[in-house]
Amino acid sequence: MSVDYEPVIGLEIHVQLRTATKMFCSCALSFGEEPNTRTCPVCLGLPGTLPVANAQAIHFGLMIGLALGSELAPRSIFHRKNYFYPDLPKGYQISQYDEPLCRGGRLGDVRIHRVHLEEDAAKLVHAGASGRIHGSDASVVDFNRGGTPLAEIVSEPDVRSAQQAGEWLRLLRTTLRQLGVSDVNMEEGSLRCDANISIRPVGARELGTKTELKNMNSFRFIERGIRAEVARQEGLLRAGEAVVQETLHFDPRTEAITSLRSKEEAHDYRYFPEPDLAPVTISAEMLERARAALPELPAARGERFERELGLSADSARLLSWRAELGDYYEAALAGGGPEPQPLANWLNELVARIDVEDPAQSKVAPGALAGLVTMVTEQEVTQGAARQVLDHLVADGGDPRAIVAREGLQAIGGGDELDPVVQGALDANPDVVAKLATGDMKPIGVIVGHVMRETKGRADGGEVTRIVREKLGL
Amino acid sequence: MSDPTTLTAAQAVAAIEAGELGAAELFDAYRVRAGADELNAFLWVADAPPTDAPEDAPLRGVPLGVKDLFCTEGVPSQAGSKILHGYCPPYTATVVERLARAGAPLLGKLNQDEFAMGSSNENSAYGPVLNPWDRSRVPGGSSGGSAAAVAAGMAPWALGTDTGGSIRQPAALCGIVGLKPTYGSCSRYGMIAFASSLDQAGPLTRDVTDSALLLGHMVGEDPCDATSVGHPEAIRLPQRRDLDGVRLGVPEELSGEGIEPGVLEAFHAALDRARELGASVQPCRLPHAPHALSAYYVLAPAECSSNLARFDGVRYGVRADADDLVGMYTATRHDGFGAEVKRRIMLGTYALSSGYYDAYYGRAQRVRTKIAQDFVAAFERFDFVVTPTSPGVAFQLGAKTADPLAMYLNDYCTVPMSLAGIPAISIPCGLSEGLPVGLQIAGPAFSENAILDAAFALEQTIGFDASPGRVA
Repeated sequence: MSVDYEPVIGLEIHVQLRTATKMFCSCALSFGEEPNTRTCPVCLGLPGTLPVANAQAIHFGLMIGLALGSELAPRSIFHRKNYFYPDLPKGYQISQYDEPLCRGGRLGDVRIHRVHLEEDAAKLVHAGASGRIHGSDASVVDFNRGGTPLAEIVSEPDVRSAQQAGEWLRLLRTTLRQLGVSDVNMEEGSLRCDANISIRPVGARELGTKTELKNMNSFRFIERGIRAEVARQEGLLRAGEAVVQETLHFDPRTEAITSLRSKEEAHDYRYFPEPDLAPVTISAEMLERARAALPELPAARGERFERELGLSADSARLLSWRAELGDYYEAALAGGGPEPQPLANWLNELVARIDVEDPAQSKVAPGALAGLVTMVTEQEVTQGAARQVLDHLVADGGDPRAIVAREGLQAIGGGDELDPVVQGALDANPDVVAKLATGDMKPIGVIVGHVMRETKGRADGGEVTRIVREKLGL
Repeated sequence: MSDPTTLTAAQAVAAIEAGELGAAELFDAYRVRAGADELNAFLWVADAPPTDAPEDAPLRGVPLGVKDLFCTEGVPSQAGSKILHGYCPPYTATVVERLARAGAPLLGKLNQDEFAMGSSNENSAYGPVLNPWDRSRVPGGSSGGSAAAVAAGMAPWALGTDTGGSIRQPAALCGIVGLKPTYGSCSRYGMIAFASSLDQAGPLTRDVTDSALLLGHMVGEDPCDATSVGHPEAIRLPQRRDLDGVRLGVPEELSGEGIEPGVLEAFHAALDRARELGASVQPCRLPHAPHALSAYYVLAPAECSSNLARFDGVRYGVRADADDLVGMYTATRHDGFGAEVKRRIMLGTYALSSGYYDAYYGRAQRVRTKIAQDFVAAFERFDFVVTPTSPGVAFQLGAKTADPLAMYLNDYCTVPMSLAGIPAISIPCGLSEGLPVGLQIAGPAFSENAILDAAFALEQTIGFDASPGRVA
């Protein structure tokens, strides 16, 4: 008898905050400058230097906490996380440990465990063929990134599938983007995700042994990585073997999962309170400022879409969880004209046709989509013809009305133009006509299909049916 | 003027102001003396006075000796360690910068125990400093070079740092004045850290007036040091001649067992002089003070184990050759650090390890809190707590190097104040076996002005002759 397993997944997200300066010094943040040009004695860890906490990073941390419904600690402290590595110039990372800035909270269907602030490490560049540390000839350090403020957001283990992880991370990214606290660009590393993964028999309460999948840098890789790791764990358990607690790396090219280090090799970070920094105390004024800075967040936006525009819950969720879709949608709506729900449906059609996350980066202008939807609802084009127009828009951009004219895709109105085409279809299918005459309407699709072929989809199916009924006296 | 180096710093300032002495002349006189250093106090001496010195600045160009661990731009700043051999920082420590702006230019860098870990200056990678009173003896530490240079008249005054007694104890052993200010009153930015929650810069001077004069230009909040708060009042030059109504508490725990009889004798003689000036002298209790050393030798090594992690051979200082990263780390730190530094890194690493943290670091922090509370309670009844600064006078070179615990006991009377973060001064109060004895006066946080006043009154009546002519 085979057992069904369910994955239990918790996510840890590192977000680079878009502050003017680094977490503990006054260097400007780096965006691809020449290596080691955004450094100072403090972020290079030179002897005698001291950190000073960035007030804007704390402000952003509070905004994140408020957006996630976290409890904000009136007093939190920084700790030192000690380990040796060339990308860590002080030999310790200043982070938060047992007294983080924010605890608890919820985003969508996943609870938040905590949010804390820390500094990013520098970047190791490995010279040599492989580009990875093993087998490289030499390694050099670029300290531009070192000291960039990070918020680490840790979820509770509430995620149950790779797909849910991907969707939730998109919601989180949207939320952070709306807050304006980060560029949230996974490719550039301003949003990074680790996943803690275990599986257990469905219905079991006890958690299985977890592994940690490190540093996946795209939503797609995260979903694939989680799927691969869940499958690996299931394979182990079904073969009667045990899952070993370890830190893993997922290679998106080969789908291979390799061990970075086991539990036994885990670091003892020797955390202790950072004596160079005073505790972070949150005044009423700081809280008020963070609250005032909050924009409309996805949950509120979704409710507004449902309440004011009458969108279905699914549409409202899609458009609010992915802000770029919501923004595009609202831009299209602002032009006036299209009805809200059909516009949402057509935006879905557009998204399915493009290979960029943000439709604003496609060739289809929001106004073009709005125009097309208006033509559909005004029955100037049929659904089928509109899909063809959309294909043209995706390929080349342009104005939908012009495309319709150029391609001859106008809907064929009732009567005069459509009548002879319907008659032709009836004439060509006498056996179908015979069946229809007995009251069996099932084969009418054959007639409609015939007409659609003849008109390149410009006819309205309902209108065709009406004419058939009229002609046959049904 | 015959020999301007016989003047105290305040007298030199006055002489320059009066036009009787040129700042460049004074600088050169000290440069020559420092260059002829026979005590191994100086690790670096300036070639010439700075050309961009502000002429009308309040300290008038009276030069300053600076402990090696203060970063000074373009000038070797090695913290007495081999691992920083030849290291010249790209910036200058805030207090050194402040003093330069106030008219006290850098004369030279002064020897010290490696990373300020030591009480005899024998832990310097650049050799021990000799005590100007007896060259077979240690000057104390860790600011041993600063104390010896001032005592021997090679510098008018000097900067030191005090973590558990590193200003006060060498000042006591060299017969000069050393002040550890309230934690947070002076910036730590640019001081190569030993134990961040304890380190504090302070003056080593020939007398109490110089101490106040130098401190007055050191204190102040620094945007580069999040733990600096500045001082709530300006530091005044002391004037007080009496101690009428001043209540002195003598903690039993720090003035009996373990203190050399000759030191106790000089200490009690000083208390008699205090009574003559109108002070009341009563015993007081600091019940947790006997545990201070134990707590200190958990907390300070814990912080140092982390603070010294940056010396890894990657970016600056000495790097040893090795085949791989861990090998390079190991060889660099093996070769670069001295025995005492390694001992403390190991102690601290152990104390912070998973499973031991609560038993060591956590417990030591609780002891620290108790000690601070002891002082708060004592200051409800007393204006100051007074003790001998050091349990003994300057000892023979090599006498305690084989016994770290005996060495640690040197700080028995000074560590409690460090843990409490409160200010304390050491002034010379007499001789034992022909060697100076220090009297420590500690007060509540930010009571520096009151401490300096009391120290000044006692100094006048004790009349200790610390002039360089006597010992050079």
